[in-house]
Amino acid sequence: MVAQRTLAEKILARHSGDSAVSAGDIVWAEPNVAMLDDPLGPKMVQTELRRLGNKIKYPARVVVISDHCAPPSTIVQADLLTLTRNWAHEYRIERFHEYEGICHQVMMEKGYVRPSELVVGTDSHTVMGGALGSFATGVGSTEILGVLVTGQMWFRVPETVRIEWDGSLPDGVMAKDLILQVLGDFGSMGLTYRAVEFGGSVIDQMPTDQRFALSNMTVEGGAKAGLIPPDSETLAYLHDRLSESELESLVLLHPDPEASYSDRRLYKADTAQPLVAVPHNPGNVHPIADVDNQKIHQAYIGSCAGGRLSDLIAVARIMKGRHVDRGVRLIVCPASRTVYQEALRQGILETLYESGAIITAAGCGACGGGHSGVLGAEEVCISATNRNFKGRMGDPSSQVFLASPLSVAAAAVTGEITDPRLILA
Amino acid sequence: MESRIVGRAWKFGDSIDTGQMAIGQYTRLGVEVYSAHCLENLRPEFPQTVQPGDIVVAGKNFGSGSSRESAVLALRYLQVGAVVAEFFSRIFFRNAINLGLPVIECPQANLIDDGNNIEVYPLQGKIVNLTQNCTYQGLMLPEHLMKIIRAGGLVPYLEQTISSSS
Ligand code: SF4
Repeated sequence: MVAQRTLAEKILARHSGDSAVSAGDIVWAEPNVAMLDDPLGPKMVQTELRRLGNKIKYPARVVVISDHCAPPSTIVQADLLTLTRNWAHEYRIERFHEYEGICHQVMMEKGYVRPSELVVGTDSHTVMGGALGSFATGVGSTEILGVLVTGQMWFRVPETVRIEWDGSLPDGVMAKDLILQVLGDFGSMGLTYRAVEFGGSVIDQMPTDQRFALSNMTVEGGAKAGLIPPDSETLAYLHDRLSESELESLVLLHPDPEASYSDRRLYKADTAQPLVAVPHNPGNVHPIADVDNQKIHQAYIGSCAGGRLSDLIAVARIMKGRHVDRGVRLIVCPASRTVYQEALRQGILETLYESGAIITAAGCGACGGGHSGVLGAEEVCISATNRNFKGRMGDPSSQVFLASPLSVAAAAVTGEITDPRLILA
Repeated sequence: MESRIVGRAWKFGDSIDTGQMAIGQYTRLGVEVYSAHCLENLRPEFPQTVQPGDIVVAGKNFGSGSSRESAVLALRYLQVGAVVAEFFSRIFFRNAINLGLPVIECPQANLIDDGNNIEVYPLQGKIVNLTQNCTYQGLMLPEHLMKIIRAGGLVPYLEQTISSSS
């Protein structure tokens, strides 16, 4: 029998030209895409790139996206955007974007991330690309410099954890709650060095933009990749974004049925419930009832984990005809301009606006403490983002509770952490 | 890189994220500024009192979270000699190697106490605890990573390979 392989093993085998690779092997491979963002991209590599011959081996594989500091809130940020833009121009990077949204979301919308390909980026949430069946992972600035110069990078083929949900999701529960469940069960280091492969009937029925949240947050458990094998839903998503010839050239790899996994979890979706990661660790997960009545000052909907169209639609279900509690600021930061525009067209932003929400420019916003919703001393925020490390969104004495966009909206209405099912009922 | 590093152990716990070493609000202000706040939320005296060659000792998953290299640069700027941990978060681990900061994965890191006098041999993966008078063997790195480490990081390594191939 031919050796049975996981999706991660197959993709890395394909790119290393060695069909026999399995977990633990080290391979050299050429990434299809190298993405650089504004804080950790051009600024960090520019000097050393000159030192190493000043030539990018494959400029057509490079993507540069300014998102963390766009639009800038300080002079330092404005200068960083200028530097990034000039750098992209100097090295003739055609795939350069700014003010278009969060890098990971833009990568998906532009069709830069494709099944079975190898994607690296200077941001840890690059793993989100796994939702389209690519092996996508975050790297540091010096690592990407090596890729720019040589076109190559080494990878240790990871062991894979297989996670499946069967059944169908109850109302009031979102993809975010499922990934919080995984993080709670495995802990914030339980997936370190490993790839995660998702499956089961819940995933089959899940729209692509909810799948993004699953892959995105695998890195909160330390994972190197969060893969969803490509299916008809993946192809439908790509259909709107790629040309005929690009679609024809797609390679669709799938895991073998007898592949060997370092761990397997089977969840029943009907028992899934709204969950919250309490400060200061995304793996510190509890049922929402454990923290209800916790007063909040800010409710934040946004980021590459929770600012997409399906998220905003869910939030609008709660906010329609209701109002943000006095003393709470509800901030809605769409993940991209495309999301913004579509939400505008569908009247969702109007519903949110009327409920008292503050709608900010598409981008990273306050997720990493950058701008537009930073927390002050002792403030408490419930957030649809992916990290609640100490001081991440502002003052070190502030607290961030991570939850689904529905749960964030429910808290915005009541002023305290609330099970969204009570409002939807 | 130096073949032997001696210093005082600074002990930290599990899952220390890169945002503690390079705190977001300071990272844009340059390494002189953010390194002066390195790990201060956990041990306020650390950035001011750490001495060149001192060793950071931690538990599991050191360097989790953001891919920021400033976490490594802060430790290097403070002249931390090496980091010894039970295991590292993968991006931090790669960043450290690429920037020439010795990192040693050692399951017995928890046996080291704060303030112990430690000797580290990064190329052998060996750690000697002079205070407790014992030796721990950490994981040896594969040869292709050793080449990067011996060169002092990825940039000097690439510089050597580029100049030797042209
Ligand atoms: S939205 Fe947040 S997590 Fe995502 S790339 Fe931006 S800062 Fe990072």
